[in-house]
Amino acid sequence: MLTSKRLILAHFWLAFIVFGVALLLGAWQMLVRSPLVPWISNPEWYYRSLTAHGTIMGYAFPTLIAMGFGYAISESALGQPLIGRRWAWLGFGLIVVGAVMAMVPVALGLASVLYTFYPPMIGSPFYYIGVVLVVVGSWIWVALMVVNLAIWKRANPGKPVPLAMYANVAGSLLWAWTAVGAALELLLQIIPVALGLSATIDAGLARVFFSWTLHAIVYFWLFPTYIAYYTIVPRAIGGKVYSDTMARIAFILFLVVSMPIGIHHSFMDPEVGAGFKFLHSAFTALVALPTLITVFTICASVEIAARLRGGRGLFGWVTALPWSNPIMLAVAFSFVMLGFGGAGGLINMHYQFDATIHNTQWITGHFHLIFGGAIVIMYFAIAYDLWPHLTGRAFTNLRLMRLQLWLWFIGMIVTTFPWHWVGILGMPRRMAYFDYTNPALAVDAFSVILSVIGGFILVLSGILFIVILLRGQTAPHAESGTYRFATAVHPPVTVPAALNGYALWVALMIGLTVTNYGYPIAQLALRPGTAVPAVYVGGQR
Amino acid sequence: MSPAPSSHADSWRPRAIGLTVLAFVVSAVVGFVALPLAQPDLKLKDVWDAICSAAGVASRQTAVKTIEPDFKVSSVVLTPDLLNLEDAQSIGRGATLAHQCAICHGPAGISRADSPNLTGQYASVVYKELKDFKTGARVNAVMTPFALVLSEQDMIDIAAYYAYLPRLPSSIIDNSKAPRIVANGDPMRGIAPCGACHGELDNKRGSPRIAGQPAAYILSQLQAFASGERRNDINQQMRTIARRMTPTEMEAAARYYSGESR
Repeated sequence: MLTSKRLILAHFWLAFIVFGVALLLGAWQMLVRSPLVPWISNPEWYYRSLTAHGTIMGYAFPTLIAMGFGYAISESALGQPLIGRRWAWLGFGLIVVGAVMAMVPVALGLASVLYTFYPPMIGSPFYYIGVVLVVVGSWIWVALMVVNLAIWKRANPGKPVPLAMYANVAGSLLWAWTAVGAALELLLQIIPVALGLSATIDAGLARVFFSWTLHAIVYFWLFPTYIAYYTIVPRAIGGKVYSDTMARIAFILFLVVSMPIGIHHSFMDPEVGAGFKFLHSAFTALVALPTLITVFTICASVEIAARLRGGRGLFGWVTALPWSNPIMLAVAFSFVMLGFGGAGGLINMHYQFDATIHNTQWITGHFHLIFGGAIVIMYFAIAYDLWPHLTGRAFTNLRLMRLQLWLWFIGMIVTTFPWHWVGILGMPRRMAYFDYTNPALAVDAFSVILSVIGGFILVLSGILFIVILLRGQTAPHAESGTYRFATAVHPPVTVPAALNGYALWVALMIGLTVTNYGYPIAQLALRPGTAVPAVYVGGQR
Repeated sequence: MSPAPSSHADSWRPRAIGLTVLAFVVSAVVGFVALPLAQPDLKLKDVWDAICSAAGVASRQTAVKTIEPDFKVSSVVLTPDLLNLEDAQSIGRGATLAHQCAICHGPAGISRADSPNLTGQYASVVYKELKDFKTGARVNAVMTPFALVLSEQDMIDIAAYYAYLPRLPSSIIDNSKAPRIVANGDPMRGIAPCGACHGELDNKRGSPRIAGQPAAYILSQLQAFASGERRNDINQQMRTIARRMTPTEMEAAARYYSGESR
């Protein structure tokens, strides 16, 4: 039962429009640092574009998808109209205002600090305040999801919360807590300096605060994708979820262990003790668990669908799958990219391995493969699945959708595999310029050209995606029925209270944050003489 | 179809908390005790020492003696106050004091003798160089005697005065003709682009703006940094860069910034 269709469509459309802009910027960045064109001779243009690309792709795009999809889940899974629709529009409005406020100084070159902020670099205060508004807008969504579930629970005492909503609220709670790190960094440290109230900043403390947000934010991006794996894919291909309980455990594991692991982003930083680095490394290993559970459960669910369609044999059932169905294609591509990206992630979480690829293009390759590949391709699938129910019009051209997904998959592989390779060769990331005539860099030239080609394949796929959505918006009206989620082989009759609520898991999440972050933060905050002068960006020339 | 019985919740809670605590304790023992003690180089006394070391508690190694340099190092600290010298009285006093500078640096801060042009230079820069001449961190037969007699306030006033004067116009150099070393540097040799700190692309606090300086002066300073004759760059950044620059690159940068290659 989807009643807030305009609200949900507004979130999706804004998300995909800003995504399209950021995609073009990304391709341009790859081109200008490649051997294919003479250099632009001004690094500032590059970093300006990079800041916009990262801010949009990291903060605006996935947040809008999670919010729009979250509203759709709340209405369809709970079977009740969204409570607080006006508040939802307010949250959307805050994101629009925040995004504009942040992007104007970036476009003017007054905030080329990259989306990870990198203090002591300090840009225009409007950039940071804009980002804060985006986060505040998303917190309204968090509150609405919690309230809607609470009202449903009161009306349905003892009933199991539908899986999609259970996961959705877990994701929103994770985001609420993980955004606190960056919020503290912005409000206590960066914004006072940007406003001129202080001229020095403790960059080490700021990096620790940011790591609090930086890793778990990836799991917030990932939640819509995992929800789609469990609740859209089995239904779309005519199967059932292998285990509802496994799904719930996967989601609460994300809630507990994706948070206290962020310092693995700071392995090479001097301000955190080696013991805490090890602790975060160990918990990073644990976060692979929910992904392994998911891979197993989804493969089993897909096998169920194949056998229902007459698939036979140990692996022969794979051919019985509905490969012409775009959702089937998307989940297969997503898993392949998740596999490669996850394998790369295992390298990154090891202190010694990380030392060899830290700050190289390997890292750029890794997070593009995971986020841009495994996660975003499922965002496409979510849009394809939901669109007919939002617009009341049916997609007619599945061939075009398959082509779009193929192009995205090929484009992402061609972009990121060479990046991993040049990263191993030592090519640094975040560089505006490379001199390929230098013998030491000449070996990178061919791989870099390959990845540029991949980047333009991605642009092509992105354009095709927007075209498909636009055509879906103008197709003839068609009744698409009630939007529903996949059911489990054994639909939950009773669920342990722990897997029907969040109190225990939120307590563990906060407890582990205290144990894993408490001392490093307190030590840096209390130690005198750790602040360094701010480096103002776009100031005096 | 009955609601979830509470006994389920009871068994989940202790198990979940127990497993989490176990994961934490095992990781902590390995990370804070076993791994530090396995590294003989850390020279840890006991378990508590290992825990403190792994937690990152700041400690001073008493066995290591600080090596004192055999030359004077710069003692300048750039405070926020020093970066914004706009006091009218200070500028006025600086104007009077600057009469003694005019013979080389020109009455309006524009030199006709290949000495640096000081007009519009950042106050922090002029102050730092004066102070370094006074303390001996930078040595010059002509400048040192002048700086020795200046008080702290005199140096601040002179810096404020020159910062107050108009900058040389950007048009004296042609941005589009910036040589590679200025626009790109050379990442493989660890050379940052000159323009990233010294103006035209970007400026970093404490770095002089060098557009419009005489080519002979820029070249002589690069050579002085490269040879180690000048060493008042606090983190050796200019010595490191200049040592790796070729004579051709030094000349190209000097000619570009002076406007001669225009």
